[in-house]
Amino acid sequence: MFHIYCPYCEEHREEEEFHPKGQAHIARPEDPDACSDEAWGDYLFFRDNPRGIHHEMWLHAVGCRKFFNITRHTVSYEILETYKMGEQPTVGAEHLAREEKTAREGKTDSVQVAEGGQQAVGASDAALASVKGAQA
Amino acid sequence: MSNTVHVYDARADHATVTAESPLAYSFQRSGMPAPGEASGEESRAVIGERAFLGHLILRGGAIVLDEALREVLGIGLPGRPNSLTVDADGQRSVQWLSPDEWLLIVPGDETFGLETRLRAHLGGSHVAIVDVSAGQTLIELSGEAAHEVLMKSTVYDVDPHAFTVGKGVTTLFAKTSVILRRPDESRWELIVRRSFADYVYRWLLDAGAEYGIGVVREDRHESQ
Ligand SMILES: [Zn+2]
Repeated sequence: MFHIYCPYCEEHREEEEFHPKGQAHIARPEDPDACSDEAWGDYLFFRDNPRGIHHEMWLHAVGCRKFFNITRHTVSYEILETYKMGEQPTVGAEHLAREEKTAREGKTDSVQVAEGGQQAVGASDAALASVKGAQA
Repeated sequence: MSNTVHVYDARADHATVTAESPLAYSFQRSGMPAPGEASGEESRAVIGERAFLGHLILRGGAIVLDEALREVLGIGLPGRPNSLTVDADGQRSVQWLSPDEWLLIVPGDETFGLETRLRAHLGGSHVAIVDVSAGQTLIELSGEAAHEVLMKSTVYDVDPHAFTVGKGVTTLFAKTSVILRRPDESRWELIVRRSFADYVYRWLLDAGAEYGIGVVREDRHESQ
């Protein structure tokens, strides 16, 4: 259950009041008539599915009814920040890389691989490879 | 394209039909228990409908709307999100709904005149005023257990210390949405959609049963 800070209502509200609306910051091609089919197809249909930091739009559906952005970690589900439409995030993928590096340096045995091949945050490439090998 | 705005007096005063409040049917079908009637004990929660008020949605820039409202009605827009401004005699209020949207509630017979005066004052400003009086109704909840009834019904924090007087929010209520506000120490106001009024009414009767909830019919009847 999320407790989400709405940047317009300026307070935390229950997740039930919100709707997720997909990836944020998708720029429409400047000149649709001139762009390639591939670029247009990417714009219309293709979305990122990152393991880690994701910038996404949410709607405060039962509240102020405004769209806004959330930067969320797709593994830990931690909400790193929320910000208004038209604003840029201050937390990005570099932030995550830095955090993970710190975590790895601080703890060498942090690799956890759950049964069934689902890896927790901090799983190394080697551990990932071993899981894939076991599944193959 | 024409920029003409058609403004109608939507009140039924001059018509030959009788106006029915959104809860008229519910009062008949689900009954109106007197406070304490069902439990035999003293009632700790009371509900009542304040029907036929004028509800206007104002949209646009805060500065231009605030100025017009102060001029025409004598009260300004609430400055903060989730807050409510009530005039001296408690009959007129403005509530923040979103960064560019406010709900203005006034006595029903003032609605048309107020809308006309606001429009005249605002001139060609980029604003919208919509009379939504027919689409929603106001249910009042009072009594010492009023907030306990609300706690059973909404995810919002309605502890009287957190939900202070002058606060107003749009949030979930049971399986529908509600505009919930606290104009003074003793009362909570629920503004519900007309089509959900019966649902909310019956929910309140059920949720309030343990507090001996009762209904008080307003004595101010619609003048016909
Ligand atoms: Zn909001």
